Formats: sequence, structure tokens, C-alpha cells
Amino acid sequence: MEIFLQQLINGLTLGSVYAIVALGYTMVYGIVQLINFAHGEVVMVGAMVALSVISALAGSVLPPLVIVFAGILCAVPVCMAVGFVMERVAYRPLRGAPRLAPLITAIGISIILQQVAMIVWSRNPLGFPQIIDNPVFEIAGAHISAVQIVIILGSLLMMAGLTLLVFRTRLGIAMRATSENPQIAGLMGINVNRVISATFVIGAGLGAVAGVMVGTYYGIAHYTMGSLLGMKAFSAAVLGGIGNLAGAMLGGIMLGVVEALGAGYIGEIMDLCHISGISDALAVRCAQDGHFVLFGSNYQDVIAFLVLIAVLVFRPSGLLGERVSDRA
Amino acid sequence: MTVLLEVKALKVAYGGINAVKGIDFTVGEGEMVALIGANGAGKTTTLKAICGLLHHGGTVRLRGEDVSGFPAYKLVQHGLALVPEGRGVFGRLTVRENLQMGAYVRNDKAEIRIDLDRIYGLFPRLAERRNQTGGTLSGGEQQMLAIGRALMSRPRLLLLDEPSMGLAPLMVEKIFDTVRMVSEEGVTVLLVEQNAKLALEASHRGYVMESGLITLADGARSLLENPLVRKAYLGE
Repeated sequence: MEIFLQQLINGLTLGSVYAIVALGYTMVYGIVQLINFAHGEVVMVGAMVALSVISALAGSVLPPLVIVFAGILCAVPVCMAVGFVMERVAYRPLRGAPRLAPLITAIGISIILQQVAMIVWSRNPLGFPQIIDNPVFEIAGAHISAVQIVIILGSLLMMAGLTLLVFRTRLGIAMRATSENPQIAGLMGINVNRVISATFVIGAGLGAVAGVMVGTYYGIAHYTMGSLLGMKAFSAAVLGGIGNLAGAMLGGIMLGVVEALGAGYIGEIMDLCHISGISDALAVRCAQDGHFVLFGSNYQDVIAFLVLIAVLVFRPSGLLGERVSDRA
Repeated sequence: MTVLLEVKALKVAYGGINAVKGIDFTVGEGEMVALIGANGAGKTTTLKAICGLLHHGGTVRLRGEDVSGFPAYKLVQHGLALVPEGRGVFGRLTVRENLQMGAYVRNDKAEIRIDLDRIYGLFPRLAERRNQTGGTLSGGEQQMLAIGRALMSRPRLLLLDEPSMGLAPLMVEKIFDTVRMVSEEGVTVLLVEQNAKLALEASHRGYVMESGLITLADGARSLLENPLVRKAYLGE
């Protein structure tokens, strides 16, 4: 039970980050039917920029909380600019092209961003400066740290904010109109190109915050951190139904929880000593060690992709997806 | 009468096929003009070209200003509104949101609210369904929504593409009554219709299109009495 609660807390933390990153994928897909594979790299850039700013200010007289906020305040506009330029330079010229062209371009952009980040920030993993105290609280035997609480609450706030933006503001309604029918949206006087830019920029801004969160949580940042995180968040978006905002939120949180619980229990489930009767050699081994684990929590990362495969097989439109898309 | 819309030598080609082969026509301020013709004559293509949805040759002037090649969203700022063929209602937006999108280019919030109430007064069915999504409406209700949405931009020139298509006779009557009323309020209307009788009875003037060219231009009443028109489009 303690393991369950602990892994649930860890899963919710991780899932919140996945959800915020997944929103970036799903928003862009919803409006231009493009899977922006470079989105994970935007998250990485966010983490790196924040890391640089926080490291630079770490020795100063500023209070630690202010320094962290300064990190976020620098990461967000930098990522927004990256998102804006990316759409403008790499995707807009390909708007009418076959689906495969922008998809491959996205992969190219992702490689470029990684390499540039490697040159700027070095190829080594960088430690995220731990400048704020991170008190740990205990609930029913499980531990939750202040950083985890901030990540979960911050993500919920961003999700609420985005929902309000999309469903209550003029820009949000224009985004939904454009996503449904760009030609008719143009006939309403909506500058479709500007709405698409806004979508990329907002998604990148969310990604920047996610980058700072994940960097602070793991205490580390690396120029390749965006690819695995991005792939998982993309899986989360597909799990929820790509193009659907609520789906990305639900998919992200579910994936985080499933992954954490899987990591917590996989060792126990895969312990062959449960069935030690099938072989004498195994019985001897189990009598010695007490357990013989086929594969354990180091397989955590595999779980997200098992979930992705299962979704693609059994429910290709995702949990909340309405239509099955035939597009790349 | 001042000319509001002036189309000169308009040509549109789709992948090698000349859908519109160089046509000239005008619509005067406050007029209601019908563009009639058989299926495939190039009527819808003409409207789409005027609205900036298709590349075209020739010139389109609005109040003397050359607006050829302007993107659709800019033409809305110039007072153009199209009710597209097949209505083009946003199925996942609510009725109210659809109408709000119609007023996207406007910033006068108080006036927008007044216009919203006016549309609800014009089409009480839309008022009843304001929080339903567009996709749940019937065809007639969607047509009302498409017209209401176009009016929300307070257009100078309203372009209607086949507003009667696929509607029950009673609904067609209601739609045409509304269009006539809008026209009487001073909005200039260019109407594309296959139902020539209906269109000409409502309009001041008419143009007949045949395979990409304008073959006849006259007052609406004269066209209704023209034996050629009667034979080809009124089934006599």
C-alpha cells in the first residue's frame, strides 16, 4: 500500500509534466494536422535556458524563489520564439505539401535543435542548481516533496488556464474554428496564419515550463532529454486522442501513473520465484536469493510505449478522440 | 447609383480547366443582383474568386479599390461576407460561438451584443439553440446560422451561394424573406442560385452564366419574361 501511494504520487508528478508537453503536440496537431516532433526539443531548450539563468544568478543576493521565477520568465519567451520561428521557417512553406514532408522536416528541426543545444550547453549532463529547500512531507507513509506539489498544482493551473483560453476567449474560439475549417475561418476575417503561429507559440510556452519542471524534478538537464520525454508525451497525446485537449491532459496523467505504478510493481510481478515449481534450478536459486527478477524497474521507459502500442491496436482514435485520422 | 462591386475580365482556371473565362459585371450600392445558371456554369467559382478563396485573373474592385488577390480574411474587413455553398457552419462550435466568429473583425462589443440579439430576433430557432453545437442543427437551421453569422460582420456586400439548396420549401421561403429584408435594410446582395425563378423574383437585376461566360444581363423582371431564360431555366 505504501508503495502504491508513493508511486501514485510520483506518477501524478511525472504525468502532469507529460500532460503539459502532450498539450503542445495535440494543439498543433489539432490546428495543422502536423505532429511536431521537434516539440520535445523545445522542452529541452526551456530546461537549458532556465538552468543557465538560475546558475548565473545562484550566487547573487536575490532570494532563491525569485531566481527560479527569473529562470522560468526567460525560458518561456525563448521557447516561444523558437516555436514561432520553427513554424514560420520550417512548416509554413510546406502547408500545402504532402503530409510526409512537414513530418520529416519536424524530425530535421529536432536534430538541429539538439545539436545546437549540444554546442551551446555542452554534451555532458548538467546539474540543475538546487537553490531552494525542498522539504518533504509524509502522507500515510508515502513522501511528497514541495517540488512535486508545485509541479502538480502548477500543471493543473496551466491546464485550467489553457482551457479557459481555448473555450472562453476570442483567440481560443478562432483557434477551434481554424482547426475545424481554415477556409471558412478565413471568411470570418480570421487571419489563419496568425492563429496557427499563436498555437505554436502557446504550445512552446507550455513546453518551456514543463522543461523547467522536469529539470528541477530530476535535478539534471541534458541536450537529449527532449527526445524521450517528447516521445512519451506524444504517446500520451495519442493515448488521450490526438487533437483533443482534455485527451492530452488525461492521457498524460494516466501515462505517468501507469508508468510509475508499473515501475513500482514490475519487479514483483516479474519475479520468477512465484512459479519456482516449474524448474529445480529455479527453485534452488530462489531458495538462495529469495527472488529472481526477469526484468525490473529499469524497464520503466518501455511501459509508455507498450501503452502506445496497445492504444494503437485497440483504440486508434484514443480515449477521447472522435475521429480516426488517416493522416501521417 | 454608385458601383459597389466591379468585376472585370475575371478568369479562373482549376488545373487546366477554365471554369470562368473572362466575365464582367457590376453590383450597385443597395442592389440585389442574381447570378443564375446551370450546374457547372462557374457561379460558385466566381463567388469564391471574389472572396479571395481562389487565384484569378482580371480585377475585382470594391468601391473603386482594387482588391484582386487580397486574402479572404482581409476582404472581410472591406465589408465582404460570403454565405458559402453547403453553409460552412462550424459543427463543433456552439451557435453563439459561430455568430461571435461572424463578428470577428469588429471591436465594438456593445454593438455586437445588439446585433446578436437582432439575429436571435430574426431567427428565434437560433436563440433556442444558442448553446448547442452547429453540427446538431438541421439543414435549415444551419442555413439560418450561416446567414446570421455573415450578417454579424455588418457587411456592405453579402454574397449568398445557393441558399435554397437542399431545404424544404417552407424553409426556402423563410430564408428568402430574410434575404429580401436584409436587402431592404440597405445591404447589397449578390445571390447565386440554381433556382432561377426564386432568385430573379427577389432581385433587381440578373446575370445568366453559361459554361464560364455571362450570356445575358438584364433587369430581373425582363429576364423572367425572356423566352430564352424561360426555356432554359424555368422549365417552360
